[in-house]
Amino acid sequence: MAKRRIRILLAKPGLDGHDRGARVLARSFRDAGFEVIYTGCHQTPEQIVATALQEDVDMVGLSCLSGAHNYLYPAVAKGLQENGAGDIVVVGGGIIPEKDIPPLKAAGLKEIFTPGATLDSINEWIAANVTPKE
Amino acid sequence: MKELGKRVLAGDIRAASRLIRNLEDQITDTYIAIQEIFKETGKSHVIGITGAPGAGKSTLTDELIAAYRKQDKTVGVLAVDPTSPFTGGALLGDRIRMLRHAEDPGVFVRSLATRGAMGGISKAVGEGIHVMDVLGKDKIIVETVGVGQQEVEIINHAHTVIVVLVPGMGDEIQALKAGLMEIADIFVINKADREGAGKLYKETMNMVQMSRDKYGVSKGWVTPVLLVESVLEPHKFAESVEVLRDKIDEHYQFLIDNNLISERMRRKTAAEITEAIWGSVLAPVLEQLETSGEMKRMIDRCLLKETDPYSLAEEIAQRFMKQRPGTS
Repeated sequence: MAKRRIRILLAKPGLDGHDRGARVLARSFRDAGFEVIYTGCHQTPEQIVATALQEDVDMVGLSCLSGAHNYLYPAVAKGLQENGAGDIVVVGGGIIPEKDIPPLKAAGLKEIFTPGATLDSINEWIAANVTPKE
Repeated sequence: MKELGKRVLAGDIRAASRLIRNLEDQITDTYIAIQEIFKETGKSHVIGITGAPGAGKSTLTDELIAAYRKQDKTVGVLAVDPTSPFTGGALLGDRIRMLRHAEDPGVFVRSLATRGAMGGISKAVGEGIHVMDVLGKDKIIVETVGVGQQEVEIINHAHTVIVVLVPGMGDEIQALKAGLMEIADIFVINKADREGAGKLYKETMNMVQMSRDKYGVSKGWVTPVLLVESVLEPHKFAESVEVLRDKIDEHYQFLIDNNLISERMRRKTAAEITEAIWGSVLAPVLEQLETSGEMKRMIDRCLLKETDPYSLAEEIAQRFMKQRPGTS
């Protein structure tokens, strides 16, 4: 039996047009052997949830630099849970104050990557923590 | 696994996407779910969109979705992008042009990576079409990877093939070559506001007029050449894509009226059987050679000139096939 290939949705929720970081990640994920679907900027949480279901991804990576992560990230996690897709791992990145991290994790985010996280460390985290469901 | 087919038949989007994925990942026993849905297939109109990288296939697909939604038709999209030959990873970016339809329940977009397939689509496209079909999509659009001259496998799967051309890609000789230019049921000259569009139109028309009727029916199909205006003028763009939509439907009607659908279905089915045999016969052999380390040893032996790939293939064939063609 062939091995499952990990599928990742990279999304930028909210009013934030700065996607250099997300693009660098998309490239890095590709080079790590993952299949990456990139949505581009200005997505609503509902659009991201619908896309994750249609693409049957194992992980949703959210990037937001506008400061609205406390609203947007949990909304995505909640939307997935409500649609029976709570098994999809949700992670977030961006300029996120340390005090926001525990509530985000409580809301269903599995990991938060902040400035300084290396591409390798993120790829390693994914390889260790994201297992495609049978 | 049995569940999966039932869930797809019940309209479960994620199950549908998962079934396509099981085919991509070549999960054992996936055929059971296909068995469950296969009887229900064959109702949708399958449209292939192909052309060079950057020709505007995704943007055109997006507008075509909108044009069909105006008529309340439901649409499934299989968007194929290339897999890296080095890492096996892929960046699937067609969807980025189709985001406005993300929440529309009448539209289902699924991105696929080629996973090493060479024909411009993924091996899972044939079954992906079945999955979209049983979900009840009226129109299924298959967007190929950006193709060169001979990635023409889309003709095995689509009823109507659209070849998207853009000005500035080569001279008249390109239009005379075999391959891509032969497979169009409709030509679209995209970015028609660009310099050279008029010349390209003339050359393509010349080529079409020289072509023989490939359907061999009395009132044959003359491949239309449509000019599509710049996306920078949204109204004009939408208008010209509506003209394209009507032409696509006209072509489908032409196939139906002339009893040509069944011929296309035979071609599609033949391609699928070939694909399935490939998966069930060849893939396990290759996998065993890979996991046992034999592949590596064979490569070493070839590099040392102790043997050659053809002798090895003969050896493998004798070992794995009980009955070889011509030797029974």
